[in-house]
Amino acid sequence: MTTAVEPGTAIDSAYAIELRGIVKRFPGVVANDGVNLRVREGTIHAIVGENGAGKSTLMKTLYGAHQPDEGDILIHGTRRTFRSPSAAIDMGIGMVFQHFMLADNFTVWENIVLGSEPGHLRLNMRKARRRIRELSEQYGLEVDPDELVADLGVGDKQRVEILKVLYRGARILILDEPTAVLVPHEVTELFASLEQLTQQGATVIFISHKLDEVLGNADAITVIRAGKTVGEIDDPSTVTAGELAEMMVGSELPSPETREATVRDDVRLEVVGLTIESAPTGVDTVALAAGLAGGIESSGTPTSHRPLDDVSLRVHSGEIVGIAGVEGNGQTELIEAIMGLRPASGIVKVDEQDVSELSNTARRNAGIGYVAEDRQRDGMVLSMTLWENVILGHQAGDDFTHRGLIDRDAARERTRQVVEEFDVRTPGIDVSAFTLSGGNQQKLIVGREMMAKPHVLIAAHPTRGVDVGAQAVIWDILRQARSDGLATLLISADLDELIGLSDRLLVMLRGKVVAEVDPQTVTPAELGSYMTGAHQHDGRSASGSPGDGEAPA
Amino acid sequence: MNRRLLTTFAAPALAAVAAIVVSSVAVLVAGESPATAFKAMWSQIDSTESIVLIVNRAVPYYVAGVAVAIGFKMNLFNIGANGQYVLAALLAAAAGAAVDLPAPIHVAMIMGIAVVVGATWAAIPALLKAYRGVNEVISTIMLNYVATNLIAYLLAEHFRNPDQPNIRETRVLPESARLPSLNSLFEAIGFDFGPGVVLHGFLPVAIVLGIGYHVLLNRSRFGFNLRVSGENPTAARAAGISPRRMIIVTLIMSGAIAGLIGIGPLIADPQFYKYGDQFPVSYGFIGLSLALLGRNHPVGMAAAALVWATIERATQALSFVDIPQEIGIILQGSFLLSAIIAYEIVRRLSADAETRAASRETPGTRTIAEAPA
Repeated sequence: MTTAVEPGTAIDSAYAIELRGIVKRFPGVVANDGVNLRVREGTIHAIVGENGAGKSTLMKTLYGAHQPDEGDILIHGTRRTFRSPSAAIDMGIGMVFQHFMLADNFTVWENIVLGSEPGHLRLNMRKARRRIRELSEQYGLEVDPDELVADLGVGDKQRVEILKVLYRGARILILDEPTAVLVPHEVTELFASLEQLTQQGATVIFISHKLDEVLGNADAITVIRAGKTVGEIDDPSTVTAGELAEMMVGSELPSPETREATVRDDVRLEVVGLTIESAPTGVDTVALAAGLAGGIESSGTPTSHRPLDDVSLRVHSGEIVGIAGVEGNGQTELIEAIMGLRPASGIVKVDEQDVSELSNTARRNAGIGYVAEDRQRDGMVLSMTLWENVILGHQAGDDFTHRGLIDRDAARERTRQVVEEFDVRTPGIDVSAFTLSGGNQQKLIVGREMMAKPHVLIAAHPTRGVDVGAQAVIWDILRQARSDGLATLLISADLDELIGLSDRLLVMLRGKVVAEVDPQTVTPAELGSYMTGAHQHDGRSASGSPGDGEAPA
Repeated sequence: MNRRLLTTFAAPALAAVAAIVVSSVAVLVAGESPATAFKAMWSQIDSTESIVLIVNRAVPYYVAGVAVAIGFKMNLFNIGANGQYVLAALLAAAAGAAVDLPAPIHVAMIMGIAVVVGATWAAIPALLKAYRGVNEVISTIMLNYVATNLIAYLLAEHFRNPDQPNIRETRVLPESARLPSLNSLFEAIGFDFGPGVVLHGFLPVAIVLGIGYHVLLNRSRFGFNLRVSGENPTAARAAGISPRRMIIVTLIMSGAIAGLIGIGPLIADPQFYKYGDQFPVSYGFIGLSLALLGRNHPVGMAAAALVWATIERATQALSFVDIPQEIGIILQGSFLLSAIIAYEIVRRLSADAETRAASRETPGTRTIAEAPA
């Protein structure tokens, strides 16, 4: 079922696109480490892989957004380099992004011609409209050119995006997670359109996590894991979703180390029916903060489901509960709802005390520690000193402030302790946080939260992007805290981390907890299929999930 | 510490050189000699009298700078300081002239009214931003127009001095509402400014304001929240600092301080003691320049205010040598622009230097440190 990729394959013009040994490095990481991709002309080709596997980096390479450090790009058998996206467009390669890039106050045809307007000084509207009508008829992409984009549904907007790319003469289309924002019947329509496109000779590449979609619609599949091509499937009917999931996640899972159970009876964190409705109204604080940061004041990605849907869980004293799942399936919303950073309905209890109506500050005071998922975005202020960063998040408590004034001595003393006890490598506590390496920044954050002696710790990606040394330190801290009785909710994309640390694993998919598994016994195929929703495809069901039934099916 | 001192002064020094070069070119283009121009300008400021006049002029500028800077600290642009302070000055002038009170209470009342009016006027864009996401730049600019026309109406219809039917101005404030000059204070320590030279009494208020601003920003919890919100709003949110609350409180505080901009001229400048057509109306914009130039720093802005006032005073001399006074505006503008550029260059260089120094002094090895955003 999988073909081994041999280097130096003969040039075969049957491939519309061929990538050979693509390597792309970013400071500190190798995002693509020898990726191969062969896409036959006139086919729908799926690229699957976990978050962080390197799919987006690869697509950016192909689209000309950046150049690879090594490897070749062959278009119809000829080697090419793309200096910019417009060079890729000139070669007939177009990208349809996951987040729509449309001007809402323009009509459909205006959006489509934007940037490549026909006519020289005067806009040749008639020509533009005619061309768009032709394209939409030819490819079965029905939209009214004169309708305002603001009035369109999500599926229609996506068709406009596709038309935009076709209008620029693209014959090879790349779609980045095109179904993420669509409801089921729109998904069906999308794939019907893509089918029609390929019948007319166009080539389609799409990125997806959803294995059932991939198996149902793709003519060929390439699986990427950890920056490498790990599988090329020319005939999807020869694989099952389970096999595909196993390829994505890896053939073997890390073996959880044997250790004594420290789980006690008392429930430290209890979450009941936590839900976030899909359509936020008015200006929320997420948008306000983004606005102050100079970002776009949007209220998040539109989804066809609730970002967080009736999630219930319990974490006991001395227990680490891991949340597995492909990113963007509600993990961020879950932790932010628990922390009181996003409005949500449902109940959150810390040590039996209902904190559902309390502010973030009050919840922290009730005993929750918080390691935010992106240390540079949410966890610290890079331009401030280490001791100021140690205050951050605890500025409303009594440790560092007295009658509204900052107690510098207390903050500096605490910072010295954090630096010493948590092995933060720094020349001093008065340096700005940006001078520290990622690992040391993260140790500072974890140390800051631990020093506040929380009863419950919400840790999101605590070791993402840190070096192995810092990772080992942070894992040790979490293990030690666990045996001291801390209740930890761990969100991570790193399966080594999840399986190595967790006592129980919950799997999230589309805002719901869909399964609870035992990290000691779970198989890669099981975990992968729960994470991607493929278990339904395999005829298995999550309803009989193991464990004590705390996770709703 | 030496390095810090160097980076603090390197940028303004570079900017001053650039500004002198640019304005020299402008003088040359105008067909005059830069040497003549600068000599004339120097002679204008080279006296005790000039220094007192410059300080008098710089005081309200400084207040404007502080008012704007507090918003800048969290990326809020209070372009509306103008509207806030003229409205505050008018209402304070009218109220102050209408009552008779003992001196300290009278002065306190006038300042209190100004602060409340400035804060109230700033509350409108604050609430619009916090609850409706309305950009404060737009709303404060619009409210400046509203304030201007509201003032014209109030002055014409309600607060006009009945004894001066031909002039649109409020009644003159009584003695008890005025701040005495500081001359007697300086004479007590043997310092005489000379006849007719008056050091306005609002200077101590500005100094207290500057100290208060420093303490608030660097020592208080609110100041910590403010700086975090400005440097990294998403981290502030994750730390439980409500962006909504911070926007409201900060803009209102900015407006409250802005309310005091016009009070110096109103109660401490013998030229006024009333609100009328001659009253300065665009100090808020000067405050924007000074906050940028002084990098929102309490001492930096004081220096910037003095430089600004010095340039204005100096350029008055240009008319004596038949050189257009607009050279002064070119000097100010090019100084501001080059300072902003120089600050950014110095900031990047010193960030690199700090990173290198830190990795040199850090125990253990490390390769790449993340650069600041």
